[in-house]
Amino acid sequence: MQSHHVKRWHGHGLPYLEQKPLPGHLIVIEGTDGVGRSTQIELLRGWLELEGYAVSNTGWTRSPLLSETIADAKAGHQLTPITFSLLYAADFADRLEHEILPALQAGFVVIADRYMYTAFARNAVMGADPEWTHEVFGMALLPDLVLYLEIDVDTLIPRVVKGKGMDYWESGMHLALSSDIFDSFQNYQRRIIAEYNRLGREFGFITVNARESINKIQAELRAHVSDYLRRAQSGPHPQGDGVAPAPAFPLAPARKV
Amino acid sequence: MEGIDGSGKSTQVRLLERWLRARGYPVHFTEWNSSELVRNSMRRGKRRNLLTPSTFSLLHAVDFADRFIYQILPPLRAGMIVLADRYVYTAFARDVARGVHPDWVRGVYRFAPRPDLTIFFRVPIEVSLERLLAGRAKLKYYEAGMDLGLSTDLVESFRLFQGRVLRIYDQLAEEFDLRVINASQDIAGQQKVVRRMTGEVLREYDRQRSGSQNANAVASR
Repeated sequence: MQSHHVKRWHGHGLPYLEQKPLPGHLIVIEGTDGVGRSTQIELLRGWLELEGYAVSNTGWTRSPLLSETIADAKAGHQLTPITFSLLYAADFADRLEHEILPALQAGFVVIADRYMYTAFARNAVMGADPEWTHEVFGMALLPDLVLYLEIDVDTLIPRVVKGKGMDYWESGMHLALSSDIFDSFQNYQRRIIAEYNRLGREFGFITVNARESINKIQAELRAHVSDYLRRAQSGPHPQGDGVAPAPAFPLAPARKV
Repeated sequence: MEGIDGSGKSTQVRLLERWLRARGYPVHFTEWNSSELVRNSMRRGKRRNLLTPSTFSLLHAVDFADRFIYQILPPLRAGMIVLADRYVYTAFARDVARGVHPDWVRGVYRFAPRPDLTIFFRVPIEVSLERLLAGRAKLKYYEAGMDLGLSTDLVESFRLFQGRVLRIYDQLAEEFDLRVINASQDIAGQQKVVRRMTGEVLREYDRQRSGSQNANAVASR
């Protein structure tokens, strides 16, 4: 079972790498803090493995090269929008080259817990130049599918409070919006969510209503993933040969940088 | 101050700094790859040869951005002279020699302003090799571009990699109007040229400074 999906880059890509076929599938789960991404990814992974797919996970700021540095820098509060963005990009590039691309070459389904869109949303809210952020992430591979867990801040708050609580960064305290963590969380997350919604339209995310129960969300995610996998494997050129069904969602447009 | 490893630029920056301080200028010195923020990642990446051209480039960009925000911008805002041992052109030359896209790396550093003066210490590879090997026993892995697999021999790899870097520097000198100094000359001779070039740039600075001092004097009266 091989995908004949043509992979594309967000910008200039990684010109120094030898072009190798990437028969795997890159599926991204996006959504704000506390929306339930990791629970859903856990369930998706189990299901895909039962279906016979080899699955590889990768997550934001989890690179061996940078995870500690990012944690230390966050603890020391010395980051600015520019250094924040570049650290995210370095973490991302490390995982792209050492985890994501090798897994795709080996034909795995890669599930990414957050992708470059997280940087786009956060940087926009922090006030970094959005064009610049897109340029920096020009080395990114465009995913095959972006599933966006959409929620509103009023539904999100009780979940976060019941969960691990409001943390400094997820509440946007670094933006000094308010000295009150609750007000700051509400204000910051509202802006982040608005930015995600905008990005979703720009990049053709598939939006999944994350206000529903865990099982209902999972069922919907699986339906989208099945649908994608069927189309990806149905023919050499799923978009063009007239035999394969037309894509049910627009492919993420390659952005002009 | 720009140039390949072993071009002697650090010696020249130090001499220039002494001269400027002796003449009463407020000077701040900053050096490539010296910020605390990415020191551990850089060390880990280098020790285990984990760095790819992109992560090598981005870690240096984090280092630069951190120094830019905390060490370059505030002194400039305060009207000081900032001396930088290497600037963005190092990334434009080295990272592109490693294979990243030239437009990408220029984009990454887009937040950095053009310096008032950039001096490129141009030296043939053999001269820089001689200087580096005289000072220490062995070339460093990344400085020799060993990560690119151009040659298994350290010295040969250095020649090939730094040769690429040098050719790109020559193009950058034209594109960004870098002032070129023949860095094979004797140290004192080079320093004379460096001071002359710096002096030219400082004429405008001196005018502004004496202007603002007069203004202050008027205001305090």
